[in-house]
Amino acid sequence: MTTASTTMPMIRLRGICRVYGSGQATTWALRDVNLDIDAGEFVAVMGPSGSGKSTCMNIIGCLDTPSRGSYHFRGVDVCQLDRNARALLRRHYLGFVFQGYNLLSRTTALENVELPLVYQGVSRGERRRRVQAALAAVGLEGREHHTPAELSGGQMQRVAIARAIISSPSVLLADEPTGNLDTARSREIMELLSRLNAQQGITIVMVTHEAEMAAYAQRTVRFVDGRVASDALTRGAA
Amino acid sequence: MILWNALLLALREIRRNVLRSALTVLGIVIGVAAVIVMVTLGRGATAAVSEQIASLGSNLLMVRPGQGFGPNRASARAFTLADATALAAQAGDLQAVAPAASTRSTAIFGNRNWDTMLTGSTNAYLLTGNWKLADGRTFTDAELRAGRAVCILGATVQRELFAGQSPVGSRIRLKRLNCTVVGLLAAKGQSAMGTDQDDVVLLPIRTFQRRVAGNTDVALLITSVRSPDLTDQAMRDITAVLRQRRHLGAGEEDDFNVFDTRQISETLTGTTRVLTLLLGAVAGVSLLVGGIGIMNIMLVSVTERTREIGIRLAIGALEREVLGQFLVEAVVLSSCGGLVGIALALLAGAAITAAIDIPFVLDVPVVTLAFAFSAAVGVLFGYVPARRAARMDPIEALRHE
Repeated sequence: MTTASTTMPMIRLRGICRVYGSGQATTWALRDVNLDIDAGEFVAVMGPSGSGKSTCMNIIGCLDTPSRGSYHFRGVDVCQLDRNARALLRRHYLGFVFQGYNLLSRTTALENVELPLVYQGVSRGERRRRVQAALAAVGLEGREHHTPAELSGGQMQRVAIARAIISSPSVLLADEPTGNLDTARSREIMELLSRLNAQQGITIVMVTHEAEMAAYAQRTVRFVDGRVASDALTRGAA
Repeated sequence: MILWNALLLALREIRRNVLRSALTVLGIVIGVAAVIVMVTLGRGATAAVSEQIASLGSNLLMVRPGQGFGPNRASARAFTLADATALAAQAGDLQAVAPAASTRSTAIFGNRNWDTMLTGSTNAYLLTGNWKLADGRTFTDAELRAGRAVCILGATVQRELFAGQSPVGSRIRLKRLNCTVVGLLAAKGQSAMGTDQDDVVLLPIRTFQRRVAGNTDVALLITSVRSPDLTDQAMRDITAVLRQRRHLGAGEEDDFNVFDTRQISETLTGTTRVLTLLLGAVAGVSLLVGGIGIMNIMLVSVTERTREIGIRLAIGALEREVLGQFLVEAVVLSSCGGLVGIALALLAGAAITAAIDIPFVLDVPVVTLAFAFSAAVGVLFGYVPARRAARMDPIEALRHE
């Protein structure tokens, strides 16, 4: 499997199904999804509510396991991993950005951003240094000691992005990162994500409702009824 | 995640909810304080009792006429001085035999008088009762044989009649008897029963019989045994000698009883031990209640912080790291309660022992145990909430409002 990693894409989903409930109440969130995402890609995932795009994100993010099918992340069969191994995988290779920011309340930006490094066992001095760099990368220098309550929505999302990239993840998973923001703030966030993708080579998978935001990505995957309905390069992308 | 981090997190979380944390650990505080105070008081009382028992004299057997406490007790014949002499001569394991008879009387010196206990006995009384002389001398053989009008005062009588001045050489009046004070007993304080042992005037027994009581009765034989393990043998010897002297046939019951003072101390220390145990059990229950309080508030805390837990899990916290975080928080909480409880107990213990005049015996093992117990309560009752946190599904947790 490790030998295969050289030829395999970063993310490979094959025949993924996700079923909730059983018997009459069975709901199919995903039906036979096949998807490959290569390192360095910026992919937008679109689709109506209940189309399975969030479920797919959770599976890619190793937060959920498929009912059927196989998922290889960097050549590793995630379905074979236990809860702890998946947690370690998230810790070292994945970064998450959520619609609702999900920052720890009453906790400073600095402490929020350094959280993944704390779990990685990085020393205090090294953490401080990397937090400064990450906050600078998202344009929040000097806001280290602000708590979420003292920050605007856009700033909170930047803190969340800084937290997601601080551990230099292979993939950044963004679930409607602009869902709670106005258009101007949304564009800023999207430009930030594009820059991180272009300059640092971080693979980004982003769920969004808005075509305008999806346009920042190079590729758009559209879900309908738990299936991939279309998968195409975004207009204007190289 | 390192323990240190969990500790800092726990302290911060407690600081954020100071009032709630304080109320939560109140049960633990009270439990720990109660355990320590109860044990401290119990130990103090036991120490006080043993001290008083020791002051009664060691290895004493009290022989009284009559059996039990029934009405036939008064009708039983009294002992005589010859009985005491015979016991001393025939029961080889006895160190001393003091015949004694007592009555209450007023002692008068100058214009002062004091109602006290007159006791007629011999110098053996001082030996069996562990009495020391503070001043003067004991009775001479001549005084004892002839029944001279001499006496030795207890410290209370000296205080009341002589206002602390030396009474030796003075004459006091006891009923119709004018009596020269030849000695003063060192103070012993209260007995285990709460009576004042120093409120006594000691006379030679013959003087007491002839000039105070007007009979030849000996109401009590106080005997001290050479060593504690000879006590049972001594009781048998005393019984045998007295039965023979009182002409009791084989079928007749003893018309006297031999009482071992160890029984008093055993009864009293037994009682205090049972009391300590009971109070300790009550305190243990309050610790349990305190633990349930901690569990309750930790469950609330885990629910409130579902989102935080979801974030931590999504970021890559392991189950055992989340478990550790909440467990450490519960333990820190309950240990803080334990420390406050210990501080409270030491203050209360010192105050109460001072107030009721018993020694303040700080029992270090119990304090340590109480603290360990409070921490254990944290582990025990923190585990269920912590496990609930650790087992959360990150997706569900992040969706939680």
